[in-house]
Amino acid sequence: MEERAFNDISYEKFLREEKLMGSRCKGCGRLYVPPRPLCIECHGAEMEWVRMKGEGRLAAFTCITVPPPFMMAQGYNRKNPYCTGVVELAEGGRVDARIVGVDPTNPETIRVGMPLKVKFLHWEEDGKKETFLAFEPA
Amino acid sequence: MAKRRKLGRGVAVVGAGMSRFGMFRDRDSKDLFAEAFRDMTASVDKGLDPADIDALYLGNFSNDYFMRQSHWGPLISDLVGITPKPATRTEGACASSALAFREGVFAIASGFYDIVLVGGVEEMSKRTTEEVAEGLALATVPYEGKAGFTFPGVFGAVATAYFEKYGAGREHLMNVTIKSHENAPLNPKAQYPYTIRDMMEAKKASLEKRGIPVPEWEDEKAFLRDSKVNPVVAWPMHLYDCCPISDGASCMLLVAEEIAKNFTDEPVYLAGMGQGSGRGFHASEALTYFEATRYAAKEAYGMAGMGPEDVQFAEVHDCFSIAEIIHIEDLGFFREGEGYKAVEEGRTRLAGPKPINTSGGLKCKGHPVGATGISQLYEVWTQLRGKAGARQIPNKNLRVGAAHNLGGTGGTCTFTILERR
Repeated sequence: MEERAFNDISYEKFLREEKLMGSRCKGCGRLYVPPRPLCIECHGAEMEWVRMKGEGRLAAFTCITVPPPFMMAQGYNRKNPYCTGVVELAEGGRVDARIVGVDPTNPETIRVGMPLKVKFLHWEEDGKKETFLAFEPA
Repeated sequence: MAKRRKLGRGVAVVGAGMSRFGMFRDRDSKDLFAEAFRDMTASVDKGLDPADIDALYLGNFSNDYFMRQSHWGPLISDLVGITPKPATRTEGACASSALAFREGVFAIASGFYDIVLVGGVEEMSKRTTEEVAEGLALATVPYEGKAGFTFPGVFGAVATAYFEKYGAGREHLMNVTIKSHENAPLNPKAQYPYTIRDMMEAKKASLEKRGIPVPEWEDEKAFLRDSKVNPVVAWPMHLYDCCPISDGASCMLLVAEEIAKNFTDEPVYLAGMGQGSGRGFHASEALTYFEATRYAAKEAYGMAGMGPEDVQFAEVHDCFSIAEIIHIEDLGFFREGEGYKAVEEGRTRLAGPKPINTSGGLKCKGHPVGATGISQLYEVWTQLRGKAGARQIPNKNLRVGAAHNLGGTGGTCTFTILERR
């Protein structure tokens, strides 16, 4: 694996390449997604990149009708809410991610515990490219 | 076991004040703080000469964002006329002024200062709701912001995890809202001094007046279930689960214990305090409690030599209804997974065995974020001195009360225990 700093810039860059990446401590083996440069278990500083399978389950979620301005720019508002949540990965650890392929206007149909698979949402605005981590029902 | 903490010397609260909280088009941070300051000086029984104040610690989260003005320490020391005495700003998101209180305590306990003004201020209402959501979201962790989480969103997600684990539901959240709104009309400083029933009747009257058919709400819960009056903000957080956008200020006068009687015959003393830090919501131990609150509580109880049973009443950080349920568990008042039952049974009502948020809480009193921590301590101080008027806790032997303040998505939590001796 190429050398990339264990930081949020690399995490985002990998997302643009449709890879969900974490860091694993070479000392104690603990896995971190998103990546951390320092192990908070054994306090080691030697990390390696690990690619996640992109499978998990929904641990918590919300459907937002009052979005921040950057989500409004993507077309979300009181009439068009979106779902976002915390996903527990098959490898362990949790990530924050948008939840797509569900009905945010009908939150009672969305279930904590439902199996999910990863999806990468690419967004381009004024020449600036960004990828949002998302999951959809498996 | 954590080390038992103690102060180099004791600290007493001899004065406290707060502005009215609300959304004020024609008022700014400075005149709100001036109101809190005047309220505080009037509360010092034997009087205060502001020239005797050694230093100011001021909590402010983000007037930088909300008002495009930062560096509030000297603006406020100048306002109250104590320059060139030092002024220091503290920031811990919604726990900013609880941190100012702690800094004031440390400064006195170290022996460096004797008389310290601590306070907080925030001016939020001149922004749109969406802008405020964005401003507050600056205090989430970056991954939460990127995933589109807002503050109501994070607490909505906490609620879904809590519901799943303990079998609670939306109806239980409504109990928190109804309880807080019972206390609110008794607090003259509250932003929304109305019961839910008051609001329901007002809505009926306004619909009637406009010739619009009035829905048959048989009780408060029916009113809250109606998505026309109580729409979703971030499922399952609805409008009435969320604290409002507010402007306001608060302050307190802290002095060394040995000079407290120069100011009042009834000082209130600091018994214990704790502060914890936490990871982002996704990385926390569990999605149904806040580690930082638990750590802060352990520190505070250890320092005070007290347990949750000794704290007779508390203000807790109910930025959202679910938060109040979680905090009363984290602070040890009720067992994990049983907070919602305690609220349902009325145990946290004003006349209940463990009154919670007698001020109406953030939900009704308002939440000008930087002012909140000290406004909570203001309520505890006022109750302990028996000066809470209509909302005075009906207990003749009120001796110990506490305040819990939470910043961000649990990144900064404090717990402070005050006592009357």
